[in-house]
Amino acid sequence: MKRKMFLVLVIVLIAALALSGCGKKPDATTPTPQQPVEEFIKIGSVMPVTGAIATFGVSSVEAIELAFKEINAEGGVLGGKKLKLYNEDNRSTAEETATAFQKLIEQEKVVAIIGSVASSHSLAGAPIAQDAKIPTISPTSTNPAVTLIGDYIFRACFLDPFQGEMMAKFALNELGLTTAAMIVEQESDYAKGLAQFFKQHFEAGGGTVVQTEEFSNQDKDFTAILTNIKAKNPEFVYIPSYYDTVGPILRQAKDMELNAQFGGGDGWDSADLFDLAGDAANGGFFSNHYSPDIDSPEVKKFLASYMAEYGKVPDALAALAYDAAYLMARAIDAAGSTDGTAIRDALAAITFTGVSGNIVFDANGDPVKTGVIVGIENQTQVYKATIQP
Amino acid sequence: MRPSFKVNARSENRLTITQQVIQQLINGISLGSVYALIALGYTMVYGIIRLINFAHGEVFMIGAFVGYFAITVLGLPFIAAIIIAMVFCAILGMIVERLAYKPLRKAHRVAALMTAVGVSMFFQNAAIALKWIGASPKGFPRVIEVQRYHIMENVSITSDRLLTMGVALLLMFLLQFIVHKTLMGKAMRAVSLDKDTAQLMGINVDKTISFTFALGSALAAAAGVLFALNYGVVVYQMGLLPGLKAFVSAVLGGIGIIPGAMLGGMLIGIVEVSVSAAGYSMVRDAVAFTILILVLLVRPAGLFGKNVREKV
Repeated sequence: MKRKMFLVLVIVLIAALALSGCGKKPDATTPTPQQPVEEFIKIGSVMPVTGAIATFGVSSVEAIELAFKEINAEGGVLGGKKLKLYNEDNRSTAEETATAFQKLIEQEKVVAIIGSVASSHSLAGAPIAQDAKIPTISPTSTNPAVTLIGDYIFRACFLDPFQGEMMAKFALNELGLTTAAMIVEQESDYAKGLAQFFKQHFEAGGGTVVQTEEFSNQDKDFTAILTNIKAKNPEFVYIPSYYDTVGPILRQAKDMELNAQFGGGDGWDSADLFDLAGDAANGGFFSNHYSPDIDSPEVKKFLASYMAEYGKVPDALAALAYDAAYLMARAIDAAGSTDGTAIRDALAAITFTGVSGNIVFDANGDPVKTGVIVGIENQTQVYKATIQP
Repeated sequence: MRPSFKVNARSENRLTITQQVIQQLINGISLGSVYALIALGYTMVYGIIRLINFAHGEVFMIGAFVGYFAITVLGLPFIAAIIIAMVFCAILGMIVERLAYKPLRKAHRVAALMTAVGVSMFFQNAAIALKWIGASPKGFPRVIEVQRYHIMENVSITSDRLLTMGVALLLMFLLQFIVHKTLMGKAMRAVSLDKDTAQLMGINVDKTISFTFALGSALAAAAGVLFALNYGVVVYQMGLLPGLKAFVSAVLGGIGIIPGAMLGGMLIGIVEVSVSAAGYSMVRDAVAFTILILVLLVRPAGLFGKNVREKV
């Protein structure tokens, strides 16, 4: 009897393993059988819709879907073909990003990919797209290494050397601060890169970085490192991380009366920052790609459409994803086909003015863009200044 | 250059080494009390049925979420939220014991251990799957008026940390009282000494074990709500690391020994904060597990344990 049970178990296990090998069949997500598949052009996206930086993913997907909706309403691309978005959730991890890229390219057979948000995640997925010659635009990955992966990888945003310089100069010149401390997340290429660039420019401008503390994004208790920073008494504390860790850090800093000027990068751009930090965020500044307060026709039109569709003000993640979506669509039209190499060449030559500014790609696939400094007052973002590169 | 933007005011003080050390000690004890509360659950369950309940960290997480919903959705005050979390998790702990561990009481110890790991995975993924929780972190509201008490210049403790230490201490005293001064406590000690003899003596073993789980889970729930209050975040995997470190604390103090769990928790909390303070924040988790390995190699019975099998 026992032996029989064992055999049954083994058979069940083998069957389960065999069945799990069958992934979602590609046909399951294409439109109804009546419409021929050629009507739709599949664009893939890999976004952190759930997990640590979920608000970034949600904003991005909303913006891309809005952009596609508008483009499709105006006649689509390549003479009437509609764009269809296939989004994969990478759960805010690098491992899932790689899997997602793989799945989109091999199973869904997408023509191009928009993604991902975080630099660490893009670095995991982009090599797969490069190998498969699938043109990829990351809307928001600011670490320089991302586009260096290959000529099929582009980005719609500025880079961290510029972003670090923005805040360094702002702290030195506009805020008059000369001593700083940095709190750096170790798992994030973005955070480490940005901290390094900030330090470089801050010290070049005459400032001193008196303390650098490192933490893991699994940590919840920051009291130890905050006490270390308080001991050195810096005027400025730079936290170039994502809102899910910045929020608790700001809150705990306020609790321990660590009174200093706090600043950060575009990772702060989330409504959830206020959920996590409360009024500890007030008085902080961060560098960003765009502000809804900017007076340009593209911003105004985008604000109106996004507001009408989703009933909220779009953040920089949305603005950049929207631009990335339009860039991809314009490139497909310019290429005249869905061939990866043709689209890639079209992107390399494109000139585009979007919500986040002018985008012309250099040899690496990077645009040169302006940035903004945003302040936080009463748990709301307030546009402060535009910085030219 | 004259600053053109308003800058946050800065306190004009630098901490001396003594002040830093004392402040970090306070940080460590505060973290340690949370670990101690969770460790108590581990140690009691091991003492009574020789099971390392790996799902205990998830009870901590669920307790935190119950407290979160009690405050945000039901609008209850903090004390009520903690009590509701404790009651909810006590019942949950008893249900888990009945469904997952009781059927395996006569089975090999590894079977129960694997089941515990399975329950842990189940709870984490259930949290992600539930619409109201999901995989994203949520901010725990500030329900305690944050007062700072200055012990000396530059060394302060906030009211939420004081509350954490106070509640933890209170619960530990309560637990000691229950275990040593009540009939049920006596039954717990009897069952952990020898289950079959206790049964022969007329003790209802099933009820005693359920009670133990209920107690341990209630403590973990309290720890969860306090942790969420202190650090401001609730998220589905918040129980993973604290749970493991609490397990290390229980082993350090002597698994199965209640005062051992309390001391172990405090020690691990202080060590972790000290490592961070020394500038090695990146390895703070690794240090806790290194301690586990060392304890198991050098003195497996723990600080309070004797090599003779004598448990609470």
